[in-house]
Amino acid sequence: MPHSIQELWLRLSDGFETSLARVSARRNELLYVLALLLLLVVAGGLSMRAAVVALAASAAAAAMWPSAGSDDVYRSGVEAADAGMANRLWRAVIDAIPEPAFALDHDGNLLHANRMAEEQFNPRRTRSTHIASFIRDPELLTAVEEALETRQGNTVELHTRVPVERRLLATAAPLEGVRTPGVPALLITFRDLTEQDRLTRMRADFIANASHELRTPLASLKGYVETLQGNAKNDPAARDRFLKTMAEQAERMSRLVGDLLSLSRVEMREYLRPTDRVELGPILSEVAHTLEPLSKQANVKLTLACPEAEAIVLGDRDELIQVFQNLVQNAIKYGRTGGKVDVRLTRENTAPLRYRVDVQDDGQGIAPQHLPRLTERFYRVSTAASRERGGTGLGLAIVKHIVNRHRGELRISSTLGEGSTFTVVLAGAD
Amino acid sequence: MRDHIVKAYDQELQSLDKKVAQMGGLVERLLAQAFDAMEKRDPQLAEAASASDAAVDAPERELQEQAILMIAKRQPLAHDLRQVMTALKIAGDLERTGDLAKNIAKRALAVSGENHPKSLMTGLKHMVELALSQLKDVLDGYAERDAEKAVAVWRRDERIDAMYNSLFRELLTYMMEDPRNIGVCTHLLFAAKNIERIGDHTTNIAENIHYLVHGMPLADDRPKSDDTATTLIRKE
Repeated sequence: MPHSIQELWLRLSDGFETSLARVSARRNELLYVLALLLLLVVAGGLSMRAAVVALAASAAAAAMWPSAGSDDVYRSGVEAADAGMANRLWRAVIDAIPEPAFALDHDGNLLHANRMAEEQFNPRRTRSTHIASFIRDPELLTAVEEALETRQGNTVELHTRVPVERRLLATAAPLEGVRTPGVPALLITFRDLTEQDRLTRMRADFIANASHELRTPLASLKGYVETLQGNAKNDPAARDRFLKTMAEQAERMSRLVGDLLSLSRVEMREYLRPTDRVELGPILSEVAHTLEPLSKQANVKLTLACPEAEAIVLGDRDELIQVFQNLVQNAIKYGRTGGKVDVRLTRENTAPLRYRVDVQDDGQGIAPQHLPRLTERFYRVSTAASRERGGTGLGLAIVKHIVNRHRGELRISSTLGEGSTFTVVLAGAD
Repeated sequence: MRDHIVKAYDQELQSLDKKVAQMGGLVERLLAQAFDAMEKRDPQLAEAASASDAAVDAPERELQEQAILMIAKRQPLAHDLRQVMTALKIAGDLERTGDLAKNIAKRALAVSGENHPKSLMTGLKHMVELALSQLKDVLDGYAERDAEKAVAVWRRDERIDAMYNSLFRELLTYMMEDPRNIGVCTHLLFAAKNIERIGDHTTNIAENIHYLVHGMPLADDRPKSDDTATTLIRKE
């Protein structure tokens, strides 16, 4: 938090304490001042967007506020009503902040969280209301303790890695010096830095991967070109053979670039869970339909069984199509010629509702030591076999990242000589 | 759960949870930092990570003292007693996890000047991610008193074992290919073993959560797939 805001806050809180002494009988005025202070801190600590929202909220608050404040006579009923109003008001202010935000009391217990904070940290799931029960980050916990003790604001960085990588900037701003239960003492707001990090990293990763993986096919292309310019210049048979290989290499390079791009795209958005409601059945039918020609060509019998009508999940339709396309394509490519590939959609016998899609082949299977590593990018069981079938080494990495983005689960099981089953489990939408 | 007549008692019980969460957060960060130091070959980060292990010990000591005091003063029974005992045991497992992570940081320092094969690092990263997500789930499971979540962690440990098997083979192959790799690969092998041990500690914690919630120990045998103890890899 910038210094100017610190100073502003100190000045305001001095004034606040004086007025606290003076108007201690006039509870509603006091709460009004408190609400305004909250607004100022919030507006200072956040973006312009937040400032506008906060100012709008304060205007609304001024309009809503009963004008009885100037009267010297208070009845307890009025006082209680005003306290309730102030209580609602500071909660409304937190709700209006366009970033995750919550307020803690002087012991570090949660008083109120806005919707974005609820979604991100899910604080209500735990038994205790203390902040440590839903955020364990040591730096933030220390910042909270310090801010409560010294009443100095503090900004720290939070870095989470699982289930998806995120970087957040958390600001702990002290609000209230009185140690009263139920009165907000600390406001914590978050700013998400994940997206800007990802942009930078994505670019670096993309270039590193692309340059590494494209080097081999490029070198071989260059070799062929040189041979065609030299020795093989007047040999029509060799020329045809070389041109065919060159076309294959060019094809492979373009597939690789395509896969790298889609991997980057998925990784970019991995921290944003999809919100559309999509039905799995039609997606699977579409995939089966698209891959029908490929399976005929490979002489593989592709079957689809969807006994679950209306299996709805929260998902991204295009991405899910890509997941199942990659899995079924792999099953066809690495399955047995003349064999079969079964795709099954079923419901898991667990609460909450989860759907599973199995893609099963009866090919030669995968040795157990490779299983846990199949989803690593460019990990190949056999480099030669993968090249021969036009693999880029990225198909399952893409699948894993998409499934991760859906907060689903990818399971792989295989028995050598009997075949492999790739299972995607997704939470059902209610 | 019903509250106690003595309010301070409830606060003491909650304070145990808070200390477990604090330790958990520190251990999670320590493990992530130790691996980052190894991956980025950053000696400063490695030193910072091994120094932060001391921070894990402080809440553990406090927790032990508090638990002993509570047993003496409140003489907890039934669920309360289980809460005190499991907090103590979980703290022990977390402390061990912290030590193992610190050992990874030390090894990161030792290999920071060397080149290591990229595919091995990818494998190790995968393994650390598995361990971190197990640790996260089991700590969440404790905060939520969710025995099912804990049992899920307990069952999933097999994945870390499988990863360890795969890395074990790959590392040994590298060492056989070129004896100059042995120095670095041995450190990576121990780092992988440490992560595998961390996985075992998360299953201990999961067992404790099950006991805390249901009052009886987990009955089944845990699925295991670490076969490195019985494997001999020969040069082909």
